[in-house]
Order: sequence, then C-alpha cells, then structure tokens
Amino acid sequence: MADTMQFDLVSPERRLASLQATAIQLPGVDGDMTAMPNHAPTITTLRPGIVRVEAPEGNAEYAVTGGFAEITATGTSVLAERALPVAEVTQEVLDSFVSDAAAASQNATAANLDELAKRTVDIAAMASDLGLSVKPA
Amino acid sequence: MPNLKDLKNRIESVKNTRKITKAMQMVAAAKLRRAQEAAEAGRPYAERFNAVLGGLAAASGGGDSAPKLLAGSGADQVHLLVVMTAERGLCGGFNSSIVKMARAKAEQLLANGKTVKILTVGKKGREQLKREYGDQMVAHVDLSGVRNVGYDNAQSIAIDLIHRFNEGEFDVATIFYNTFESVITQVPTAKQVIPASFDAPEEGASASTIYDYEPSEEGILETLLPSGVATQIFSALLENAASEQGARMAAMDNATRNAGDMIEKLTIQYNRSRQAVITNELIEIISGAEAL
Repeated sequence: MADTMQFDLVSPERRLASLQATAIQLPGVDGDMTAMPNHAPTITTLRPGIVRVEAPEGNAEYAVTGGFAEITATGTSVLAERALPVAEVTQEVLDSFVSDAAAASQNATAANLDELAKRTVDIAAMASDLGLSVKPA
Repeated sequence: MPNLKDLKNRIESVKNTRKITKAMQMVAAAKLRRAQEAAEAGRPYAERFNAVLGGLAAASGGGDSAPKLLAGSGADQVHLLVVMTAERGLCGGFNSSIVKMARAKAEQLLANGKTVKILTVGKKGREQLKREYGDQMVAHVDLSGVRNVGYDNAQSIAIDLIHRFNEGEFDVATIFYNTFESVITQVPTAKQVIPASFDAPEEGASASTIYDYEPSEEGILETLLPSGVATQIFSALLENAASEQGARMAAMDNATRNAGDMIEKLTIQYNRSRQAVITNELIEIISGAEAL
C-alpha cells in the first residue's frame, strides 16, 4: 500500500501547499472526514473549518472558509475560497471571516438563509477550536 | 522659421515628456511582472475548478434538475454585457479594443431584436460607452481604489451578477476582457458566464473516474456554481490586469522612442537655425565693413 498521497491546497490567489501526506482531515459539509491513500474517489464541499494534514515531514493545519475537495486514490486537492495556515489566523482575520459571512447573509434569499446561518455557526466553531472567540454580530 | 528660443523650449519640453513616458514604462514593467505572477498563481485553482465543474455539469447537464444558473432562464432575450476595462488610460489600444468588441456585439444583438444591458467594470469603458448606451447601463463597478485585484473583488461582482440573474434582470451574461498573450499581444475575448459554460474536461482526465459526491451531485453543483462564476470573473480580471500593464508598457515604449526621434529632429533644426543666424550676422558684419 502506498503510504503517502499528493496533497494540494490552492486558493484562487495562490497555491498554499503541495506535498506528500499520509492523511488529511477535511471539514466536509456532512461532517469531518479523513482521506488516506487509496480512498475512493470523492468530491465533497467544505464548511468553514480546519484542514489537518499529516505528513512525514510534519503536520500542518490550515483554516479554510469553504470550497471543495477532490479526493482520488493517489491524491487530494482542496480548492478553498480562502485558506491560510492556522498560525496566521488572528483575531483580525477571524473578524473578517465573520463580517464576510454577515455580508453574505445580508443579501441572502430564503433558500440559502439556513446555509448562511450555518456558515456563521461553523466559523464560530472553528474559532473555538483555535482558542479565539467570535464577537456576536 | 521659428526662432531659436522657441526651438530650445520645445526640445526641453519633449525631453521632459520622454522622461515621463520612460518612467511610466518602467513602472508598467514592474507591475506587469507582479500581475503576471498573480495570473500564474491563480491558474491552478481555476483549472481544477473548471475541470471539476465541467465534469459535474456534463454529468447533470440537460437534465431538468440542473440548476438555473447552469441551464439558463429558458429565454435568450435580455443580454447583459459585462465590459471590463482599465481604470486608467495611456495604455495603447487596450481599452478601445475591448469596447470595440463589446460595441460590435451590442450592435449585433440589437439588430436581432434583443435587449442589451451593460455593466461596466473600470472607468475607461464606461466613459467610452456612456454616450451611445447611456440608457442601457445598469451598473458600474469602480476598481480605482484597488491596487491589486483580489478574489474578493471578483466575488462581489459575481454575487451582484447572480443576484440580478435571479431577479430576472437578464438571461445571458457575457464578459469582455483582454487575454494576455504577450507584452505586445492582448486578445480581446468574450466569454459567456451565465448560464455557466465550462471548457470540457480533457479526454480521459477526470471523465473516467466515477466520484462519490457529498452531499449530492446536485447539492455540490448548486453550491459550486456561484463560485465557478466568481472564479471565471477572477481569472478575467487577472488576465486584464496583466494585459493592461503589458499594453501600457508597449505604448510607453513607443512614446519614448517617438520622443527620442522628435528630439533628434528638433535638435538638427535648432542647429541649422543657429548656423543660419551666425552666417547672417557674419554677412552683415562683412558687408558693413565693405561699405566703409
């Protein structure tokens, strides 16, 4: 069995990571999932949360605000709307996530109101994972 | 014949112009490099996104369950032209070529009895189109305060477009921008973004793999389509930014060279006039001396 798989994390503006990983934990919309080599091909959308990468060279964590992941037997690519290493997530960055989500709720339609409300909750959950707190909007 | 003082002033003035165009050229070159890097950095995302969405769209395409954003509103009456230009001029034919293309498209649509609406991104396009199509302009996006276009800018344009589409304001949206080919060539491009169209995935690439979808194929398609539109607009903005700097660099290079030629010509003229004045004075002195 192959021990590692290719892991790519790209955002619209840059490529954040491209490395060999042994396991990747993803915040899927339907719940967290872990992708390991030889995973069945899957495409899943992501909720705001943390992508954890286990690699021989060391583990890494990235905060993402949504997007999707494409998993194949030999690799996983995460296409995130916004992504950055967890170490760079400061209160300020988090606040901008929150205000973006709030702005999105402003012009929400009835159809996606639930979705956007969930998004805000997800961001709050991510924040508590990181030991930060979200100011109530 | 203009007098010497005028010529001298003229030469000075052209020299100053040359300094300015030279500086602008160098600034454009630096910015071009950055814009190109940004365009390159954005490419992997756009490619993957298009590949996945293309696969998804092909799988569910044509079905009744396909989202409106993909299938269209069922009509082809109202066209929205999104004209993306620069905020600033002095970049050769960059702005005009986009506007020209958009205008041709508008004429063609109007001739076919369609309704045309125009949304402009960037000041220059609006200025050029305002006179002719002032009534059809629905909105303008101002990016003059934006130094480097980011995904946020693209996203807000996309959200606006999708909102208008859902309100039934238009049936088809096409974006107009310049594709960056090289510093001297930028190709005006028109691309339909709503209903979404994606380049077909490469043969045998992802088409052969059967994926599991979470939550569901339709669910994913629904969430990803708006981002797909934003991604397409983002790559257009990046291409445009690189093209603008490329065009400006070429235009300023030309201007610098022209100024150089002009200085040369004026200097020759100046020297000739000076010589003529000296000869004249000599003749006067000699004929004065002879008369004595």
